[in-house]
Amino acid sequence: MRFDASEEVTMNPYLPYSAVIDDIFVETEDGNLKTFRIVLENEEDRRNWTHRPGQFAMLSIAGKGEIPIGIASSPTEKGHLLFTVNRAGVVTTALHKMNVGDPIGVRGPLGNGFPVDSELKGKNIVIIAGGFAFTTLRATLIYMLEHRGDYENITVIYGARTPGMLLYKDELKQWQERDDLNVYITVDREAPGWDGLVGFVPTIAGQVKPSPENAAALICGPPIMIKFTMPPLEEVGWRNDQVYLSLENRMKCAIGICGHCNVGPVYVCKDGPVFTRAEVQRLPVEF
Amino acid sequence: MKPLVLEKEQAGHWLKGLCNNFDIFAPLPTDKGYSDWQKWDGGDLFDVAKGVPKSSIKTFFFPQPEVLFQFNARASAPDAFRLREPKCQDKPRILFGVRPCDARSVVLNSMPYEEDPYFQKRIQETFIVGFLCREGCSTCFCKWTGGSPTGTEGMDVAAIDLGQVLYVEILSDKGKRLVGNGFFRSPTKDEETEAKDFVEKAKGQALDQDVASILRSKGLMHLYDAPFWNSVSEPCINCGTCTFLCPTCYCFDIQDETLRGKGRRIRYWDSCMFPLFTQHASGHNPRGDKLKRVRNRFMHKLKYFPDRFGPISCVGCGRCVRDCPVNIDIRQVLRSLLEI
Repeated sequence: MRFDASEEVTMNPYLPYSAVIDDIFVETEDGNLKTFRIVLENEEDRRNWTHRPGQFAMLSIAGKGEIPIGIASSPTEKGHLLFTVNRAGVVTTALHKMNVGDPIGVRGPLGNGFPVDSELKGKNIVIIAGGFAFTTLRATLIYMLEHRGDYENITVIYGARTPGMLLYKDELKQWQERDDLNVYITVDREAPGWDGLVGFVPTIAGQVKPSPENAAALICGPPIMIKFTMPPLEEVGWRNDQVYLSLENRMKCAIGICGHCNVGPVYVCKDGPVFTRAEVQRLPVEF
Repeated sequence: MKPLVLEKEQAGHWLKGLCNNFDIFAPLPTDKGYSDWQKWDGGDLFDVAKGVPKSSIKTFFFPQPEVLFQFNARASAPDAFRLREPKCQDKPRILFGVRPCDARSVVLNSMPYEEDPYFQKRIQETFIVGFLCREGCSTCFCKWTGGSPTGTEGMDVAAIDLGQVLYVEILSDKGKRLVGNGFFRSPTKDEETEAKDFVEKAKGQALDQDVASILRSKGLMHLYDAPFWNSVSEPCINCGTCTFLCPTCYCFDIQDETLRGKGRRIRYWDSCMFPLFTQHASGHNPRGDKLKRVRNRFMHKLKYFPDRFGPISCVGCGRCVRDCPVNIDIRQVLRSLLEI
């Protein structure tokens, strides 16, 4: 940021990159989830952009505000960013009304992300997701498939209420056809035309019984799903420090100053959003 | 630099000479019966009660509101909705008569705000002339928080009131810029002795325990699950007075505003006492009950902040004690946390 006429230019961490909505895709049958493909305006910014799966960005709509949204694209997908957004509040509602070509701001990447290049390397990976919490796990999965040799077995358990509420349906099909990936897609109850698994995510996790041997689980979903997914995992020997969760809280600055997202002494925006379950259990339940 | 002396009757002339380059603020009497920070109009500077003025000096570093960005809100304009950083046109400021607790709050707040360009810019452009405390108030407790009535942390110039004269120490390069003109002289032997005696005496009354390190050594969840939070929070009406008066409460909200084609993104003081502070768009609220919010405020100051930065995030100014409508007393909470 240029505060005065001097040569020194300091970065203003509150200033978003200017960007444009390049494509919009309605993900779910209720129309409440859309994926926005966003392209940074400046070519140099596009080239320099790099993030880790599990990180998020603040999407900025001048006049409405900013919202923290997980980055759904992998850093290996160059040239654009994907954000899958649930319509819930003022900014997301405004975003859902926007069109291809509309300007938008992106501030990020923010937070820590999943340790895909450190702790997770060489491990058996179990990805468990429910509902629309699959977004940063999509980024993670794409990244891991691009670096397939760095990880052992990869298992994906993903569920939604109905077939029409699943995200990334085309990609799910492609992943199911791969032989280097175990994919379990489930819906809460029987639905016309659905010939896949039926049952809640915790139930399916109990049936799959992923081995905790040299393994890490990445779990994202509604708190109730996470709560009931843990017992079947613990039953087969999973420890809390093998389980990675991504927390969310209300955020404003997203750089650890404004005080909104703290869970005890940690800030979800700066120290998270990814924590091991062991770390989370040492903290107050304020998320 | 050697200490200097300024005759009190010269102080006004000295400051008037600085008025061209600085805006000068001081705690001055108001018609509401208390003193508060106001722009100095050339009048009497020393008609000030002991202790701290009503509001803290955080407003000079963290204005209410701070414009982060401006934008053109007319959709048809070529630069519509493009964020621009505002040009700051404020003159550098002198805060005259800052108490040691308030000066120290700036140092503490700088820790979380280390990478915040707006805050740091205002620090660079604010010159603090501190007044050491020869008299305390019943609500003061700076010694418990790692400060002292003679503390000079955060000050550019420190003054001791010796009755007819101010005994002045220059503490920074910024301070040197202020005392460069001819109103100051060297202290006499007596003045020097009196100033030193005052400082030595205060040192002798220092607290012999390091509160911050005791709190850091205690288990996080042990303090969080302490049995007294219910009784501490019960009378609280979540008015937020404590957070707005507190010099080290620095949480903020960011909102966008548009009016007649002009837009701005502003940040302004927020309070963890308010339920909306943490409410998700889904309606879920991680700190939905009052107990959790009251506990968060005290835990942030007395445990989370020291765990992260070292010192506790309280300077003992006593404003929250003085103005809490239901008499919640942070000193009592501090004692309870130390004892448990």
